[in-house]
Amino acid sequence: MRKSSLFFVYLAVSSLLLEAAFTHAQYQQNRRSPELRENARLVRTLELTDLCLFTEARYTRNPSVADFYAPFQDHPCSLEHFPSGSLIMPNRGNAENHALMD
Amino acid sequence: MHSWIEKQRNIIDFTLSSLSRRKGKNIALLLVYTLLVFLLASVMFFTHALKREAALTLRDAPEIVVQRISEGRYEPIPRKYIAVLNKIKGVTSVRGRLWGYYYDSVVGANYTIMVPENFPYKSGDITIGSGVSRVRLAVKDDMIPLRAYDGISIIFHVRDVFSSESELVASDLLLVSEPDYRRLFGTSKDLFTDITLKVRNAKEIPTIAEKIVLLLPDARPITKREILRTYESIFDWRSGIIVAILTGAVLAFIIVSWDKASGLSADEKKEIGILKAVGWETSDILLMKFWEGAVISLSSFLAGVLLAYVHVFFTSAILFEPVLKGWSVLYPEFRLVPFIDPYQVSTLFFLTVVPYTVATIIPSWHAATIDPDSVMRS
Amino acid sequence: MMMLELKNIRKVFNQGKSYELVAVDEVTVSLEAKKITVLKGPSGSGKTTLLSLAGCMARPTSGRIFLGDRELSSLPERFLTEIRRTHFGFIFQQFNLVKGISTLENVMLPAYPLGGPHSALKKHAHELLELFGIGGRASSKAEWLSGGEAQRTATARALINDPPVIIADEPTAHLDTKLSREFMDIVGRLKEQQKTVIIASHDPLVYEAAVIDRVITMRDGKIEGLDV
Repeated sequence: MRKSSLFFVYLAVSSLLLEAAFTHAQYQQNRRSPELRENARLVRTLELTDLCLFTEARYTRNPSVADFYAPFQDHPCSLEHFPSGSLIMPNRGNAENHALMD
Repeated sequence: MHSWIEKQRNIIDFTLSSLSRRKGKNIALLLVYTLLVFLLASVMFFTHALKREAALTLRDAPEIVVQRISEGRYEPIPRKYIAVLNKIKGVTSVRGRLWGYYYDSVVGANYTIMVPENFPYKSGDITIGSGVSRVRLAVKDDMIPLRAYDGISIIFHVRDVFSSESELVASDLLLVSEPDYRRLFGTSKDLFTDITLKVRNAKEIPTIAEKIVLLLPDARPITKREILRTYESIFDWRSGIIVAILTGAVLAFIIVSWDKASGLSADEKKEIGILKAVGWETSDILLMKFWEGAVISLSSFLAGVLLAYVHVFFTSAILFEPVLKGWSVLYPEFRLVPFIDPYQVSTLFFLTVVPYTVATIIPSWHAATIDPDSVMRS
Repeated sequence: MMMLELKNIRKVFNQGKSYELVAVDEVTVSLEAKKITVLKGPSGSGKTTLLSLAGCMARPTSGRIFLGDRELSSLPERFLTEIRRTHFGFIFQQFNLVKGISTLENVMLPAYPLGGPHSALKKHAHELLELFGIGGRASSKAEWLSGGEAQRTATARALINDPPVIIADEPTAHLDTKLSREFMDIVGRLKEQQKTVIIASHDPLVYEAAVIDRVITMRDGKIEGLDV
């Protein structure tokens, strides 16, 4: 087979696979929407404010309702202990609004 | 049209022959490039899917959560605040919430323990999340001891376990009755962890929040909008590790492109001269260089994106696990629903394929215009 | 028939500078079609330059070149390349095969940008290699060919687009006597196929060969003698 034909075959196959991936995504979105609705229902009935992503520390477990100084724990110069603290940003939204209120 | 296609095929034939001359180097290049795309696409898929799922799941989160600040920290809120909040116009219901963190020294995991509005079971019963079940090896009807604030162990009867589909919201939850909660933590009857409000009209939330602060100066309201915004900006590009990954990826791309962009070797120049001498035009040379760049970058892009999709949605981003897990013992199983943003994918395409292809063409511009005559005399 | 006419051709390199070089100095000559012409002269005589001018590889500093009725010297680059591709096939002194690709691919290279049907091109290339007795080397990498095989591959390459004119620069420079004679046999066959051949050489085996129709002697960029 010509080299260029091999390349085109590769392009065609991988494009098809990519297309299949998008289709799979769409299919999964539809198939699992009951699951998403159920989780939304849990959030509503249990009055949850956060997803359970990082259970290392309280400000990573409940970032929406964490106070701003929680990462500092014991001391203002206390550096970040937990890896997930570097993944999520401090809650800027709250900071802005609360500054207005102070 | 047919001859245009044939021409491209011919030139690609030559480009591939040319690339396979330095097989080892080009295969390494392909692998590195694919790895880079894989990394970026994985981060992109993961964060986007998580954000979408968060937005959908938390859309019915409490409209206002009121917390109390004391000495710069959030502290339990007095029961008497409930009456004050009830009087605010537009507030339809007010409820004190009890929730806290429980550190299980047996396995070293943190749980979130809370009292739901309607706990279906009685005192001594507990509902646990699937993550807790996994970590503690506890199933329905098992007995779990929890250590109270005064050192006394209290045995709980597991009445229910949350389904595995609820991992993302309830993985680490322990639901208990109010008396049990207060017994465990020693919280007095006139304190709650915080207070949640329901309002009649969502548009009035900001106004109500302002009123809350006026009425209760040490209270801080958190609105649903702020909760949702927390998750919109999760894994923001400014966050620590994401910056590290992006910087690394950009540097890697520069290094990979440097080899191309820093100009042609004497061999490559000679080859272009020969092609010009046997009748290739300048535009043909540039077309060849375009394909040289495009073959590598297109192949890597497609492979990288496909692998990233499999990585994130079929293996739950297994390679990111060490980073996401950190020190936590209880780690939810991220079987994310695949939400893909095609706009993001095409942006990634333009950011990865175009610069490399351009880096391959531009340095060849000068050499491509070489006078074939000079080949005669060399 | 397409006669190649060069009128008052001058080629100056590095014009205006102190190391200015006049390679071809006021040369007027007509090269007959379907004949074999040899440009003879020592190195530095300007024969290579004259070859490249005749073959549209370079433009003269002054003077005009005609292919039949058509004036080539004033054509824009694109048209010149088109003419070069369709009318001329080159055999370089250094062969100039592309390393790292096969013999067959080297032969097919000049036709790649034309976008013709691939299988026909491949067949034609194989036929040419067979014609010169190196059909068995079709899939060998170019750098593994011997001097004689490389020479013949270069010749086959020059013929792939079926040009009417073949131009060869010092074709026997890297060949021994036997291979040089074989090359001249090939030249004879080209003549039988009605091709015009122009060779630059200072090798007596070339300019004294029986197949040669005309010898033009050059020295210091000028024509010294025209022997038939």
